[in-house]
Amino acid sequence: MGEMQELSTFWFVTIGAVKVLAVFTVVMVVVAYMTLAERRVSAFIQDRLGPNRVGPFGLLQPIADGLKNIIKEETMPGTAAKFYFVLGPALAIMPAVVTMAVIPFAAPLPTPVGTVDMVVADVPIGILYILALSSLAVYGIVLSGWASNNKYAFLGGLRASAQMISYEVALGLSVIAVLLLVGNVTLTETVWQQQQLGMWFVFPLSLAFIFFLISALAETNRLPFDMPEAESELITGYHTEYSAMKFSMFFIAEYAHVVTASALLATLFFGGWDIPFWTGDDMFRHESGWIKGFDEAGAPIAATPSVLITLLTLGAFCAKTGFFLLLYIWIRWTLPRFRYDQVMHLGWKVMLPGALGYIMLVAGTMLVLEQLEVPFGMLYGGVLTGVSGITTLAFLFFVDRDRVISGAHRKRNVGRRRVPVAREAGGPAASN
Amino acid sequence: MAISVKVMRRPEAGRTSYMRATLKGMSLTFKHMVRPTKVTLEYPEEQPDLHPRWRGTHRMEVHADGRPKCVACGLCPTVCPANCIRLVGGEDDQGNRYPIVYEIDEFRCIFCGMCQEVCPVEAIHVGRHFENAEYTRDRFVYDLDRLMEQDHPTTLLWDPSDPRSE
Repeated sequence: MGEMQELSTFWFVTIGAVKVLAVFTVVMVVVAYMTLAERRVSAFIQDRLGPNRVGPFGLLQPIADGLKNIIKEETMPGTAAKFYFVLGPALAIMPAVVTMAVIPFAAPLPTPVGTVDMVVADVPIGILYILALSSLAVYGIVLSGWASNNKYAFLGGLRASAQMISYEVALGLSVIAVLLLVGNVTLTETVWQQQQLGMWFVFPLSLAFIFFLISALAETNRLPFDMPEAESELITGYHTEYSAMKFSMFFIAEYAHVVTASALLATLFFGGWDIPFWTGDDMFRHESGWIKGFDEAGAPIAATPSVLITLLTLGAFCAKTGFFLLLYIWIRWTLPRFRYDQVMHLGWKVMLPGALGYIMLVAGTMLVLEQLEVPFGMLYGGVLTGVSGITTLAFLFFVDRDRVISGAHRKRNVGRRRVPVAREAGGPAASN
Repeated sequence: MAISVKVMRRPEAGRTSYMRATLKGMSLTFKHMVRPTKVTLEYPEEQPDLHPRWRGTHRMEVHADGRPKCVACGLCPTVCPANCIRLVGGEDDQGNRYPIVYEIDEFRCIFCGMCQEVCPVEAIHVGRHFENAEYTRDRFVYDLDRLMEQDHPTTLLWDPSDPRSE
């Protein structure tokens, strides 16, 4: 039986502090290198080279940038509300960093003083904590937009709040589908249930994954949803008036959000630190100790935490998060920005009802499966995968081809879509 | 309509698949991400290939004994459309003409290369060279010594029988 050796209070506090420091440092370093990765990858996509002068492959560029931003002169607009102007960047950066605390990043690590959870704080409200804190970041944006006393900054702040409200709903609803399947809100249990199901939630909850991915893009204000910045429309939106390190803090906040969102995507839908096709890493804190599953009779099977498994799972988690970080950059440099009304339309009229309907569908399927007494495992997941797959395809078919959301050219044709148009005459004029 | 305007055919509403267009775009950017086409010349490390008829700053050819080849005939200041060459000729004991002052104002020069074309003794040349930065403006008036010191390759003259220099 996996002897549950609890940490003494002293070690709990000490190791907790070490974990906080380690996670904070790692996140900050990843954020710094995300700025470099973004510039390099965007350069490659556009057949350029990107910054490659400072250090080998430009690897010291973030340090040079940081140094530059600290040394630079801070400007303060004469008419700005000074207190809130300074408070804004701090408010933006804080929630982005603290949300990383509840994300489990590896299997438990055995130490001489006891087994250590590889999560900074395994709070019982897990996902709710993330939802509550991540949306706080918009206060920083709105506040700095307002305090700048600049109309473009203000518009950026307004857009950020509108967008945050719209997509927070879809984000929360897509997470509910996950919560239905997990039956709990802690992220450690989310990982555990994915190991129990034998497949990652991206398959049985494919539509929820798509909704979550889109909402996460919108929540982090990344292209194609970077309405609050929108360089071509609002200069740079809410941080127009900021310079030097305060400006830099908005960037750190944005990238910290991206890192958190990527880690969350990996945890909720891609098994967290789970290594695919291998049950040896399954591990969960059960009443009786660390277990890796239940036998036929329902009795827990003990698991032994090991350093090797911890390292392997940490690698798996980093790989998954890294993939989503790359995906974020990749999407940013491929897709153009949405128009503002399209963003609102997609959020309220497509994703909100879509996510609501999908919750009903998942709940209904689960009810049927439970009535048929299908055990929580491959068959259970397979049926859900089938249902979700069909729904996802139907959804994608439905939103495609101007049926739900469309470009400007659709507006001209409203009310006369059935009128046959002379096909031989090309060009925009022909469609009138 | 101007000759080179390309009219894009806009598809009718409902005829474009945004999903397919998005995936196509993503795959295109991915291809470039993993295998970028190299177009950037990393300049100080890599030098550009200058065309054989590139016309840059001048150089003066010298004889083996270090005298300039220039015979101060006065053709180049005459032909120069920018009037940037100042030449004062002299004559030695044997009756050989030589330049006492030969200055080219490289700021005024339009790099037409006519001085090189007109020179009967192939003394003055425009060069295949472009790194001319200086700290002061007066350094851009090249005197005779400076012109003789230049050692960059000279420009190939246009040959009517080989108009593309191939």
